[in-house]
Amino acid sequence: MTELKIPGPLREIIEDFQFVEGREKLELLLEYAEKLPPLPDHLVGKHEAMDQVEECMTPVFVYAELNNGRMRFYFDVPRESPTVRGYAAVMQEGLDGATPEEVLKLPSDFFMEMGLHEVLTQQRLNGISAILAHMKGLAIKAEVSKQ
Amino acid sequence: MMKDYVHPDYLVETSWLAEHLNDPNIRIVESDEDYLLYDTGHIPNAVKVDWFTTLQHPLRRDFLTIEEFEKLCSDHGISNDTTLVFYGDKSNWFACYSLWVFQYYGHQNVKILNGGRAKWMQENRPMTKTVPSFPRTSYQAKEPDKNIRAFRDDVFEHLKRNKPLVDVRSPKEYTGELLHMPNYPQEGATRGGHIPGAANIPWSQAVKEEDSTFKSPEELRKLYEEKGITADNEIIAYCRIGERSSHTWFVLKYLLGYKNVKNYDGSWTEWGNLVGAPIEK
Repeated sequence: MTELKIPGPLREIIEDFQFVEGREKLELLLEYAEKLPPLPDHLVGKHEAMDQVEECMTPVFVYAELNNGRMRFYFDVPRESPTVRGYAAVMQEGLDGATPEEVLKLPSDFFMEMGLHEVLTQQRLNGISAILAHMKGLAIKAEVSKQ
Repeated sequence: MMKDYVHPDYLVETSWLAEHLNDPNIRIVESDEDYLLYDTGHIPNAVKVDWFTTLQHPLRRDFLTIEEFEKLCSDHGISNDTTLVFYGDKSNWFACYSLWVFQYYGHQNVKILNGGRAKWMQENRPMTKTVPSFPRTSYQAKEPDKNIRAFRDDVFEHLKRNKPLVDVRSPKEYTGELLHMPNYPQEGATRGGHIPGAANIPWSQAVKEEDSTFKSPEELRKLYEEKGITADNEIIAYCRIGERSSHTWFVLKYLLGYKNVKNYDGSWTEWGNLVGAPIEK
């Protein structure tokens, strides 16, 4: 059932994670951490214009734009927090071009399917729910501003 | 300044470690909050010990068994007389936790890298992605040292005798406004508040913001003594799961030389769920 609620690009990333085991799952997450795109010029040094995920121990900032009904998210996560960066990159890429509705419908435990809890321990996955909650908040705002 | 700590031998500076990277009698151990941080680069010859996946028992809420701990040390080429230098992210928060667990199993020669990973990087010292390997040893652990670990019955006994406790969580967790540290909902408790009589001294007050090194002995003494956490007393430190309090345990025991300090690793996730346990808000 959840498959229907997960946008295509994110579904593909999840499948990539499902395809690898143990240590390789972590390496894949690390690859995502390394390829998180830098902030676009208009957001550099503009944390006050972004949404801070204050539930995270790490300073995580997220920003969303809506163009022609499609969402684009931008993240700023310090390099010292590769696990959080990795997740942010997965969501950034996986939800790029999603509609606000798709973001809102994404089940908050989608990452369980990636099997990362087996290698990372459950405790470390909770920050992800907080980031997604903030992304959903931004999707709601985007919907409202459309009307 | 390090000389003024009561046991300065338990602390090393980054400049000292830089000279000892290849010393066979030393094993450098990185313990981070972020699971993947070691893999992005670490101090040359450092091994990774994860506070959770390496040190915790896979089933019970407890640490590795003695045999498993011996295997861990042997795999990393650690002998009984190896000097271990612990460092990590977040002001050595989890480095102190690992050090505490190693001491629990009787490892004597342990040190914390003052300023941890952040200071090493600030100083542009060498980092590598090469994971080192060392010849296997036959490590022999001692029986767990109960003098540094408090169990819930010890806490009840401590309360009965009116002895001081230090709660090192954030003020909002202490007052019960938050049931868990933001971001850690699974490590929550059904009741909020603190153990009656505990003083609230957040763990991070022991380190300087600019470079994560420990504050001066005078500042530290003042910080704890003002709240009744004094050297002449028996102290129990706790937090949510015992990691932040192992940092305070290190400060009290080694930097300030308190003789009788225990870390209650059951901490709030046990106490706040324990039927009938007294709570104050």
